[in-house]
Amino acid sequence: MVNYIWVFMTIVGFIFAMINGTMAEVNKAIFDGAKEAVTLCIGLISILVFWLGMMRIAQESGLLEVLSKLFRPLVRKLFPDVPTNHPAMGYILSNMIANMFGLGNAATPLGIKAMEELKLLNGGKNSASRSMVTFLAINTASITIIPTTVIAIRMNYNSASPTEIVVPTLIATIISMLGAVMIDRYFYNRRSRKG
Amino acid sequence: MEFLSQISLGFIPVLIGIILLYGTFKQVPTYESFVEGGKEGIKIAFSIIPFLVGMLVAITVFRASGALEALMNWIRPVMEAIGVPAEIVPLILIRPISGTAALGMTSDLIAVYGPDSFIGRLASVLQGSTDTTFYVLTVYFGAVGIKKMGDALKVGLLADVVGIIAAIVVVLLVFGAK
Repeated sequence: MVNYIWVFMTIVGFIFAMINGTMAEVNKAIFDGAKEAVTLCIGLISILVFWLGMMRIAQESGLLEVLSKLFRPLVRKLFPDVPTNHPAMGYILSNMIANMFGLGNAATPLGIKAMEELKLLNGGKNSASRSMVTFLAINTASITIIPTTVIAIRMNYNSASPTEIVVPTLIATIISMLGAVMIDRYFYNRRSRKG
Repeated sequence: MEFLSQISLGFIPVLIGIILLYGTFKQVPTYESFVEGGKEGIKIAFSIIPFLVGMLVAITVFRASGALEALMNWIRPVMEAIGVPAEIVPLILIRPISGTAALGMTSDLIAVYGPDSFIGRLASVLQGSTDTTFYVLTVYFGAVGIKKMGDALKVGLLADVVGIIAAIVVVLLVFGAK
């Protein structure tokens, strides 16, 4: 789908330029856009290096595990079908913690592991179980504690206070998480009523 | 709501403090670990360059040609009737589909409207508070061979809608519509 959107924006842009006589601007835009992207990525290096460095310390000291223990009782309520000491629970927790700290690259393999375990729990069927739908809902709503890339972009464009969006983002993300859980429960109840 | 900005300011130093003290307490070689982890940050920053170049060129062309403005004028009455600024609509539409495309749009909005404008702040909060539903769905279900998704897509997209509404309301309450 991204492929279509990408081609659509570029081609429609060219057609519009022909009609509106903005070809000169569009030619300039091609090179400006590319340059802007590279400048932005260079600007992101500073904060990505710093944050991932910090997170490595948190990982090696076991701080992330401590956090996942704290969240265990809450997560157990979200996944009533998963036995407490099942490996799936561990993967689900680590995936959520990794997402919270903006470790997207670490979160994905953990999430896939969690899915594999959930599939085994579901007897290896190729249809999504209740827990899988819940897990996906939580993942797409993804709680973020520090939106590092956004902060870096804001710094890049000289924000007076790049970090002022941290708490608002946290509030919005918690609401969307709660929304995801409630919507998931609603659909689950509807399914079980239908039998 | 001023105190929220104050909490935001103290949040990162406190978190870093906890990480460093806990690491020292657990006898982790903090500085060496930091450097090791940091190397990964460089890799990530470089690996997203092609994604962003592709997206930002397309977005800049779309804007420079006047097509974006035409689209905005077209959808503005509908969007403003329900309280959503038209400028943010392309970001909302692309957010569930592609993370890097959304990142490109967010940085474009911040560059054009300024990081401390209503649009800039809204884009920042939106980018940070929802995830790419389609990506998560395809990767996670694809990797373990789940063919029947059940209600997963519906639940994910509805949760995105909740997240978008939450972002707009929170930004309005905390910063106002400036």
